[in-house]
Formats: sequence, structure tokens, C-alpha cells
Amino acid sequence: MSNGLLDIRNLRIALNGNKDQQVVKGLNLSIEPGQTMCLVGESGSGKSLSALATMGLLPPVLSPIAGSIKLKGEELLGASPARMRELRATSMSMIFQEPMTALNPVARVGQQIEEVLEFHTNLSQSARRKRVMEMMEGVHLPDVEKMYRSFPHQLSGGQRQRIMIAMALVMGPQLLIADEPTTALDVTTQAQILSLIRELREQQGTAVLFITHDMGVVSEIADDVTVLKLGEVMETQNVENLLRHPQTDYTRQLLQAVPSHVPRMARAEGSKEIVLSTDKLCKTYGGGGIFTRAREVKAAQDVSIKLMKGRTLGIVGESGSGKSTVARCIMRLIDPTSGSIMVGGSDIATLKQRELKPQRKKIQIVFQDPMRSLNPRIEVGQSIIEGPLNFGVPRAKAMARARELLELVGLPASAIDRFPHQFSGGQRQRIAIARALAMEPDVLVADEAVSALDVSVQAQVLELLAELQQRLGLGILFITHDLGVAAQICDEVIVMQYGRVVEYGPAAQVLGAPQEDYTKALISAAPGRDWDFANFRPFSEAPLAP
Amino acid sequence: MLGYILQRILAAIPVMGFVALFVFLLLRLTPGDPAAIIAGDTATPAQLEAIRTSLGLNDPLFTQFFRWIGQLFQGDFGTSIISGKPVIELIAARMEPTISLALTTIVLSVAIAVPLGVIAAWKHGTLIDRFVMLLSVLGFSVPVFVIGYLMISLFSMQLGWFPVQGFKPIGDGVGKFFHTIALPTFTLTLLYIALIARITRTSMLEILGDDYVRTARAKGLPESRVLMRHALRNCSVPIITVIGIGLALIISGVVVTESVFNLPGLGRLTVDAVLARDYPVIQAVILLASLIYVVINLLIDIAYVILDPRIRYA
Repeated sequence: MSNGLLDIRNLRIALNGNKDQQVVKGLNLSIEPGQTMCLVGESGSGKSLSALATMGLLPPVLSPIAGSIKLKGEELLGASPARMRELRATSMSMIFQEPMTALNPVARVGQQIEEVLEFHTNLSQSARRKRVMEMMEGVHLPDVEKMYRSFPHQLSGGQRQRIMIAMALVMGPQLLIADEPTTALDVTTQAQILSLIRELREQQGTAVLFITHDMGVVSEIADDVTVLKLGEVMETQNVENLLRHPQTDYTRQLLQAVPSHVPRMARAEGSKEIVLSTDKLCKTYGGGGIFTRAREVKAAQDVSIKLMKGRTLGIVGESGSGKSTVARCIMRLIDPTSGSIMVGGSDIATLKQRELKPQRKKIQIVFQDPMRSLNPRIEVGQSIIEGPLNFGVPRAKAMARARELLELVGLPASAIDRFPHQFSGGQRQRIAIARALAMEPDVLVADEAVSALDVSVQAQVLELLAELQQRLGLGILFITHDLGVAAQICDEVIVMQYGRVVEYGPAAQVLGAPQEDYTKALISAAPGRDWDFANFRPFSEAPLAP
Repeated sequence: MLGYILQRILAAIPVMGFVALFVFLLLRLTPGDPAAIIAGDTATPAQLEAIRTSLGLNDPLFTQFFRWIGQLFQGDFGTSIISGKPVIELIAARMEPTISLALTTIVLSVAIAVPLGVIAAWKHGTLIDRFVMLLSVLGFSVPVFVIGYLMISLFSMQLGWFPVQGFKPIGDGVGKFFHTIALPTFTLTLLYIALIARITRTSMLEILGDDYVRTARAKGLPESRVLMRHALRNCSVPIITVIGIGLALIISGVVVTESVFNLPGLGRLTVDAVLARDYPVIQAVILLASLIYVVINLLIDIAYVILDPRIRYA
């Protein structure tokens, strides 16, 4: 067992070297040459820290206090900084989640790759440049001469991640550590990057330690899987076995929480009352400046939607599709260029701020990142009652209502005078929902509201939304990039691309039997679409529906 | 790029226009009669009236203003009421000490402060870091004249290394020039080291937590390269801003330092002119100072675009 490429034995990482504050508690992991090991876990599982420890890049407050990490038999814990620098890029490399921030914004990307060769080889400058070009072609970047001279902000997300991969593999290391490398990318780009990693692994024989929280990605790329929970290994298995026969309850729960790509059964038609509709909504940016000749960008074009009371309408699309623009126009956080927005019988598209104010009550929004959407300096109760107070509700009454709402979203009423940082991500999103509900809206706009949450928490929040909808008759406009989530929560789905509506219809039809090529491409790019994770089998083996 | 620079220069014109108007009104609206100052205490009303007419003070304000602007464009900044010399000559004579002091101070400050700030951030929380912070608090809080007199007392009076005061232009020999400019430079440098080291440390601390610094380390680069090429380069915008503002501040008036070391610079000229109500000189000096600010700001903006490709020209 000890002749693997990478052998991690009983690794313990602790905060401030204090053994009572362990964040990784005895990790064992072994990777053979050319193999892909997925390290799976939710936030706080210690998966990224284990990877950083291997690279010797842990932040100073965290340190390994026990165990061993051996690369090709060489102990890395306690190796000199100079030796670690030698090993990085030549024997082991790492790519990260967000390629935009992982690249130096003020240096040309070609030079950033070349820098690796500069420090690890004796190649002449022209030889280095040649090697960089080859590598950039190897990761299928177009027009490499031009690309070499580009800055990171001039590239797309997928191109940036390709640059990162080229940089990581230019020295041909035997181990590539990939920390959520596709999480920040669109689904079609994600599919391309995954296939690139597979291809390079086969070409170069690189072993991959692939860190992810996404079971779909796991099913696409893993040979073996190690499941981590709060710093402890739950189980290590071959991927097929893990998906079919998980050994621990935790893995089972993790799999069952993955939203299936098969749309849920359509709900019986409910109310015919339209709570929100838009007609030919358009939003155009840029153009028409005196000094600037900015290109006109049509962020949303002729978007017409209809949302009934008690129903959920999903808008899905990749980044830049205009789905968030539509949500923000509807909220009047930005002003639409043309078209109408009917909320409860009045057109709010062109109302002035003063006239708009009474209408705002009817439509509320929950944002993606609950870490940033709640003011960190004020207590959650204050955040919740701020809206009602503005509409003249007496403070005592608003506070009483806030307590009820916290209980409604599954938090103790005593949470009311605590601060946001005292809650977990999922709890914060519950608070954000309570805040929105405090206004007693007819429509709730959820803009990627579960995207930043772990999959088990995501499932709970989706359940909460469904329950609140039943109880309060809310119309929900649900913006998401995740087709699985859309399939599980939406009655109707709109697919958007480049600011236009591509397909619009009942969820079962759009996601189950798509008509448009773009929708089909989106669905076929979704990782793990063939797996029915919750039932531990591929869809192909599912018993036929009655 | 050229279009951007042109656009920025065009944008500076209204700024200078407003400054000119302000300076002009300052003179006309403050109590006191230039004619009375020129004529002296014994002048008769008829003499005063004659002087006013000759200075054009009886014309409508806007006529005076445009006449003055017209003169400015011909390089005529007027004549000093006190010395009778053309203002432009007075200023030209005072430029060299001030510009010399500004440049030596900024160059020395940057050379010391940037490495200090980088090291402090890199060794965050250690003794070195605390030492740099202490130095920077001292530099901020001890008044310049105190430092100046301490320097004179130590290096001039006791050790006899440098002259107590005075200035030798660079034309008299580089050695003599540095010999006289050294103490004022050291004195002022302490303040600017404090300022620049602090901003460097703060920006570096922020940048060192960024992902691309981690990437640079993951590439196996030596720390020196990580710090200089990847971290410091990304801090250059705030650092350049502070350096630019510092430079403008020194050129437009280091009154205290020039007084302490008896340097015949612009700061001294300004103080003397204000005390003597020498309006043409005051006007010219204020205009010049604004122009320096505008030019330095323009240079800073251009530097941004060169240093950070993400900043667009528009």
C-alpha cells in the first residue's frame, strides 16, 4: 500500500498547533500513478486544507501536527522550504477554483506560464517560449500567439482555467491537485475542462487529486473516491461502488441530497391569478456616450414571463445569459430600457422611486451569497424588521413578527438578537428568506439562492421554500444555473442565452424533452446527468415508470 | 493611449480656469488696496487714483480678469509690488532649491520605505513589522521642525558633518549640492518614509492573501519573486498615488523645512509674499501650485493605465 505516488497517512492539521482544534483528523489517502482520486466533502470537511498541506501552502495559522505525506516515497512534512519549491510544479502542481483570482491580473498569461520554466529549467528564452506555446496548444487554446500576450481579464473563464492547467502541467508533474477547478465555471465550460483533464491525464500519465463537492462531477471523473466529513474520512471506495453501495449513512445522505436531473412530477394546476408578468422586457447597456464609444450590450431582450400565485418559475442559463439582469429589472434594482413589469396589476417598469416604494412590498428578493447579503454589523432581528418599519409597522409588532418568521424558517426565535457571523451559511440563507417574507410579498425572487450552499443544506433550503410556498401562496421566480435544482423545484422553466429566451414551458417538457439545440446542449453538459444518485443507480437501470 | 492623455489634458483646462478665477477673486475681494501698499503712507488721494488707473483697478472686474488671463498666456505674471521684479523671475530663482529637495526626498523615501513596507508585510506580526510601524508612527507624529532642529543639533553642531543652513545649486558641484541638501532631505524623508511604508505594508498585507500569490508559490517560485513580481506589482497603484501626492505636497510648499534650513525655495517665497501682501506673487505661486497638482495627477493617471492593464482609458 505504501508504494503509491502520493501516500497520506494519519494526517492531522490543527489551528494554531492546538491539538484540540483539529480541522483534519487523521486523513489516510493513497493515489497510484495515473489514477484520479476524488476528495469529496461539504464545506469545513478539510478537503482543501489536506491538498494545501500536500503542497506545503497551508496558511500560517494552520499546521500539520501529526502524520505523514509522502510523494514518491519522499516525506513532505518537514521538508525544507527550498526542497518544497523544487517539488512544486515539477513533481506536483495545483489548480484552483476561481481562475480569475488565481492568475496575476497585471501579468501576461504567457509570461505567467513561462515563469515556471524560468525557475525550474535551464532552457533559453526562445526554448521556453516555444514550450509555452506547445503547452497552450496542448490545452486547446486558440490563437496562442495572441493568447500569450493577453492579460487574464481579457480571457473567458474557461480559457483562464486552461491557462492554469497549462501552467500546472508544463513541467510534466506526476501529481495534479485540482481544487474545485470547475465550480466557478458554466456547465458547458465545465464539461470541456473535465474532458481536458481526462485527456491530459491519459497523455501524460498524471495522477489527479480532484477536490469537489459535486457528486455529478465525481461520477464523471473519479476512479476512486474518498468522502470527508468535518476532517474525518467516512469511506474510500471505487467510484462505481460508492455510488451504488455507499457504506456510511453520511455518504448516503450526501447522494440523496443531490437534485436529480429528471423533473419532478408536475403539480396540479393551481390558481390562475397572475402575480408577476413582464412584457417584452429589455435592458441595454452602454452606447450613446459622448466621450465613450462603448459597445451596446443587450443584456435582456424581449423577455416576457408570467408567474401565477403559488407557482415556481425557473430561469436557467449560463453566465451572461441575462437571467440575473431580468431578476434585477423586475426588482427595479436596475431600470429596464423598455417593456413592462406588472406586479399585482400595476406596471412598475417606469415608476419613479417615490411611486415605486409602495409596490416594493409586493416583491422581495433573496440573493446568492448569504455571507454578503446580510449586514454584518447589525443583529438579524434588525435586518428583518427594517423593511416593515419603513412601511409604518410599529417596532414591537415587527419584532414579534420577526420571531414568528425565524421559527417559520426553522430557526429559534432567540436568534433575533444575534449577528450574522454567528450562523452557518444555510442558517443565514434562512434569515435572508425570513427578511424577505417579513414584507409579506406576493412574489419572491430567488437569485441563485441555493448556489453557495452545500448540497445537504441546499436540499433543506429548497424544501423550506416549497413549504413556505404552500403555506403562503407565494409566487417564486427562481434564478439558477443548476438544471438539477430547476428540475426539482420549478413548475415552469425559461432557458435564456445571450439575453434572449430560448425555450419556455412546463419543467417536465423543457428539461425532460427539450426542443431547442441550446437546451439540449446545456442538459447534455450537466455532469452526472445519467446517475440517479438518490436511488444509487444510473437512470438506465431504473425500473420503468408505471 | 494618446487619445486618453489628450482627453485628460483637456479635462484639466476647466480646473485651471476655476483656480485662476478663484485666485483673481481672492485678490479683489480681500480687504486692502494694492494701490495703497504701492503708494505708501504718505500718498495723496490723487496719487492713489493715478496708481489705480495705471494698474487698471478701476475697470470692471471681468475686464480685469480677462486682461490678467491674457497676460498669463503671454508669460506675464505681473510684477512684485515689493521688489519691483517680474514675478516669473522671482519664482524661477526659487524653483531649484524646492524641486531639488522634492526629488531627493521622494527618491530617498521610496528607496527606503517600499522595501521596509514589503518586509513588514511579509514578516507580519514579527519584531521587524513592529519596528517599521513604530518608525512610521514617529515619522507621522514628531513635527518636522523638531526633527529638523534635532538633526542640526546632532549632525551640524556636534558632529559637524553638514552645514547648519543654506543651499548650493547643483551647478556649483554635485558634492556641494548634496552636502547642503542632505539634512533637509533627511528631515523631510522621515515623514514620507512613514507615509509610503505604511501604505506599502497595508496594500501588501491585503495582496499577500490573494489567490494569485498562492498560485505563484504553488509554481515553486522563490519568495523574492513572489513578493516583488506578483505582490508588489499589484500594490503599485496605491503606492504610486501616495508618492505622487507627496511629491506635489513638497513642491507646493515645504514652508517649515525651508525656514528651518534657510533654503531660498518656493515655500519661503510664499510666506514672504503673504506677509508682505505681495498679491501678484501670491497669485502666481497659487497658480503654479495648482498646475503642479494637475500635472502630477495626470502623470499618476497615466501611470495607472501602464501599471494595471485592467484600468481602461475611458
